[in-house]
Amino acid sequence: MKYRSVFDIIGPIMVGPSSSHTAGAAKIGRLARSIFGRQPQSVHISLYGSFAETYKGHATDVALIGGLLDYEPDDVRLPEAPRYAEEAGMAVTITTEEAVPDHPNTARIRMQDERDNMEIVGISIGGGKVEICELNGFPLQLSGTCPAILIVNEDRFGVVAAVTQLLSREQVNIGNMKVSRKEKGERALMIIETDERMKQPLLDEINQLAGVIRVLRMED
Amino acid sequence: MFRNVAELIALTEEHSCSIAEIMIELEMKATDRTREEIRAQMGRNLDVMEQAVERGLAGVKSHSGLTGGDAVKLKAYMNSGRGLSGDTLLDAVCKAIATNEVNAAMGMICATPTAGSAGVVPGTLFALREKLNPSRDEMIDYLFTSGAFGLVAANNASISGAAGGCQAEVGTASGMAAASIVALAGGTPKQSAQGMAIALKNLLGLVCDPVAGLVEVPCVKRNAMGAAVAMMAADMALAGIESVIPCDEVIDAMYRIGQTMPVALKETAQGGLAATPTGEKLKKQIMQ
Repeated sequence: MKYRSVFDIIGPIMVGPSSSHTAGAAKIGRLARSIFGRQPQSVHISLYGSFAETYKGHATDVALIGGLLDYEPDDVRLPEAPRYAEEAGMAVTITTEEAVPDHPNTARIRMQDERDNMEIVGISIGGGKVEICELNGFPLQLSGTCPAILIVNEDRFGVVAAVTQLLSREQVNIGNMKVSRKEKGERALMIIETDERMKQPLLDEINQLAGVIRVLRMED
Repeated sequence: MFRNVAELIALTEEHSCSIAEIMIELEMKATDRTREEIRAQMGRNLDVMEQAVERGLAGVKSHSGLTGGDAVKLKAYMNSGRGLSGDTLLDAVCKAIATNEVNAAMGMICATPTAGSAGVVPGTLFALREKLNPSRDEMIDYLFTSGAFGLVAANNASISGAAGGCQAEVGTASGMAAASIVALAGGTPKQSAQGMAIALKNLLGLVCDPVAGLVEVPCVKRNAMGAAVAMMAADMALAGIESVIPCDEVIDAMYRIGQTMPVALKETAQGGLAATPTGEKLKKQIMQ
């Protein structure tokens, strides 16, 4: 079931006019920033489907930028997000795409600074609820409703076990876990949603494991 | 968790309690929070709804200039004593319009279940406050009842105009409100389900065709209609009238209609009212 909380239906409290195209867009932007780990210096946003057709009227672009500035959907600064982005030194470009996406409300966000670049695809599924469905080409399903870590690793035996062993030692319970890869023996992605928030030393330790290339944390 | 309305009603019978109570218990389990915390969060939603109604009744205007000021007009008309539909119904319509005018003006609202359909549940609730004089706790329960029915529609069909058309948004909202009105007026959980079924049935097939893609035309007036249908459906259910098609099957029909609805009529602003000569003309003016 996609919706579990009554507050997915009665809520969120938000700046109008659209829960999917404004509040949802802000949430996608905020999740993208959270996975990137900091405010990117430059962002390119591609809008698809209904997002591409109606973003101006719904302020979808403005809300995505607000989210990338770490604004919540009920932040009164949201309507002025483009101006604040400029002041904060975050360059944003936006294009609309013709391609027909799997979900009508889809945004692809490419984030960059001098250290890193990352590409994330988010969808807004209704009532302000969103999912991140792609990270650097890996398919995934992440709702941002509980703490999660994303681990890029070498696709070989033992890496998954080594990670879960550390979580077990720290008494962290896994609520959801998914492993995916693009090609056998190349790079793989682990998504681990947990009940407890993970502390930085544990993440550092995971990062040191053989076969682990990168660890990203998503705050709820 | 209940997977459909039938299971929700069965839970209320098994535990001899209200729909709101079942929803609160489940929320406590799912999020590991106390009853007080959960009720307090819903109370904040209630406060935002009330502020939005008040702001809309004082008069707002959207950035595009397409909507705003109609709640003020309707209020004045009601106060003149010339209203034909009865004060509670007109008041619900008026407060639904007020909420959605605030939403269109990028004001603060509480999505119920979405922003575009945010007027229906609070509109009916604040109109019934005048009529039934409920306590704050009863008003908070009203929102939990709405939430329970909305969850079923969201999980088994959709609450997104882009996925299912306006029937998924205002249709669901109208069903949620009807169920809550029945509960607040003292009806049984079964009657609440009948209210939801009757309201949603009447809105099946409703398309999402916003002019220029803005959540304004026809969204504001569709919220007015959603509130009116909710009141009518609740009265019918309280009178003992039953929907021939059970609530869960109506929700399923809404899902299947949404699946087969053309993309032009699902929040893409390409068909329906958006594609009328006036709709196209307004779009050009606004996009300039």
